[in-house]
Amino acid sequence: MSEFTVVRGKVWFRALSDRSSSMPGDPKSVLTADAPLGQDQARFLCVVPDPHARFPCARHGEVGLEEGYGLASRVREVIELDKNKTKRPIVAIVDVKSQAYGRREETAAIFLAAAAAADAYGSARLAGHPVITLVVGQALSGAFLTHGYQANRILAFDDDGVMIHAMHKEAAARITLRSVAELEKLAKEIVPLSYDIRDFAKLGLLHKLLHVDNPENPSQEDIRNVKDELISAIEDARISPVDLSNRLESKGALETRKASLLVRSTLAAQWVERQAS
Amino acid sequence: MSDERYSPDFINRQSFIELDARERATALLDVGTARELVGPFDRVESPWLAIQGVTPQSDDGCVVMKGKIGGQAAVVVALEGAFQGGSMGEVSGEKMTAALDLACADNEKGVPTSAVILLETGGVRLQEANLGLAAIAELMASILTLRKHAPVICLTAGTVGCFGGMALAAGLASYVVMTREARLGMNGPEVIEQENGVEEFDSSDRALIWAIHGGEQRYATGLADALVEDDTQQVAEAIRRLTLQGVPPVHRSSQVELYRNRIEALDTSAQWDPKEFRSLWVKGDSKEKTQ
Repeated sequence: MSEFTVVRGKVWFRALSDRSSSMPGDPKSVLTADAPLGQDQARFLCVVPDPHARFPCARHGEVGLEEGYGLASRVREVIELDKNKTKRPIVAIVDVKSQAYGRREETAAIFLAAAAAADAYGSARLAGHPVITLVVGQALSGAFLTHGYQANRILAFDDDGVMIHAMHKEAAARITLRSVAELEKLAKEIVPLSYDIRDFAKLGLLHKLLHVDNPENPSQEDIRNVKDELISAIEDARISPVDLSNRLESKGALETRKASLLVRSTLAAQWVERQAS
Repeated sequence: MSDERYSPDFINRQSFIELDARERATALLDVGTARELVGPFDRVESPWLAIQGVTPQSDDGCVVMKGKIGGQAAVVVALEGAFQGGSMGEVSGEKMTAALDLACADNEKGVPTSAVILLETGGVRLQEANLGLAAIAELMASILTLRKHAPVICLTAGTVGCFGGMALAAGLASYVVMTREARLGMNGPEVIEQENGVEEFDSSDRALIWAIHGGEQRYATGLADALVEDDTQQVAEAIRRLTLQGVPPVHRSSQVELYRNRIEALDTSAQWDPKEFRSLWVKGDSKEKTQ
């Protein structure tokens, strides 16, 4: 996994918010800042590696217990602050390689910490906050469910250093009893298995792929362009439903998620019991 | 000698764990009210399995049953642990999400409708990888929407347990019901051992696994709302009670301050003894300090 460096989160957090540290009282792995974005003051959130984290299995950028609750409280904070005001945009910058795999994490219910963060993001979206996810690096598995997957709109860089997936290659190959080479071959033919972000885009889950010249050391122009895309995604989210229906109504979904659409129409047709006549 | 000695409770019990998904769903609904939707004869199958040499199942391992619980409209969605480990694929995931959305629409129309999800699953079905993960994200969004109107109850009876992304779905539920045979956690022991070594988690240590993920521990630490015996009547009774209890004043996954403080108070310098951990996270404490 040497192609992935886990530095992009911090790079883009700084590029977009002009900050690079966590808020007082927060774990150093959770970066939060409020910064101007178009007409708004947006809240930016990002998870970054903290080599000195209290939990040993969460020192390399994994999303663990402190990260889950840290994100959840900073998202809930703006829901509370904006209760009777214009709902500020929330931007989740995503470069997370995995959830934390540890015994302490399981004992202290990491599933609930992750659910708490997803609850906060989802509740913000339902309350009318435009929640925008920007995938700048890896967005894997439970880490992405915790941080990013509840957004109204998901943007990702069109770049080989970007990966959205259910499980990293080695583990997926092991569990499905395949070699990595076999898995890679299969992934080229079967869209939902692919590790390529351009294939992921075909599933209709992304709002847009963004081209960036240098994702690890962005130019002022790169940053300006990404900000413009975020602003237009925010505008789009503000005039759209607060649920995730856009994902299944997208052009990509009409092609690749035909079975999902069939389930929905069949279930809706059978939902109300017809009286025998 | 009393007769009781020869007919102890467990002989009279009808095991719930031994039921398949269809029987489980039916058993939770009021007698005579269960009606299966998008059943096997509708043949809505996974389009991704056959091309990978895996035989699909005509219900994709997910049973949607509409009916009544305690006289009130309800939908029960049960995952079949015996098919692909109860894993979430495009079709099984969408069945659950769409059922919850329809229940939500009924609530909005003034027809109170609750949901029970029976989770026996390892999480994402890796043959459908990204669509499985997407399905879980969408299911989580639908739980959040429905639980504003009506309780969403998660039942994990065993023996597969509830793991991976689906543990997050359980985390969002209004109530969690478990048996002693059930397990609930984000990462299974094998995955942890693979990623961080046998010192971190010995996946052959059955006692350790149940001491951490088991229903008894989850209930004792306030992470599950009911612990039931493997008895169909008892399970159905617990589901009925929680359904009629309605939406909780605050959901567990929204009690951020409480749990954040609990995590902060933990000494992380060594592994914890699960038994001692029970004294730190005492059941019932979770209501004391909600935000």
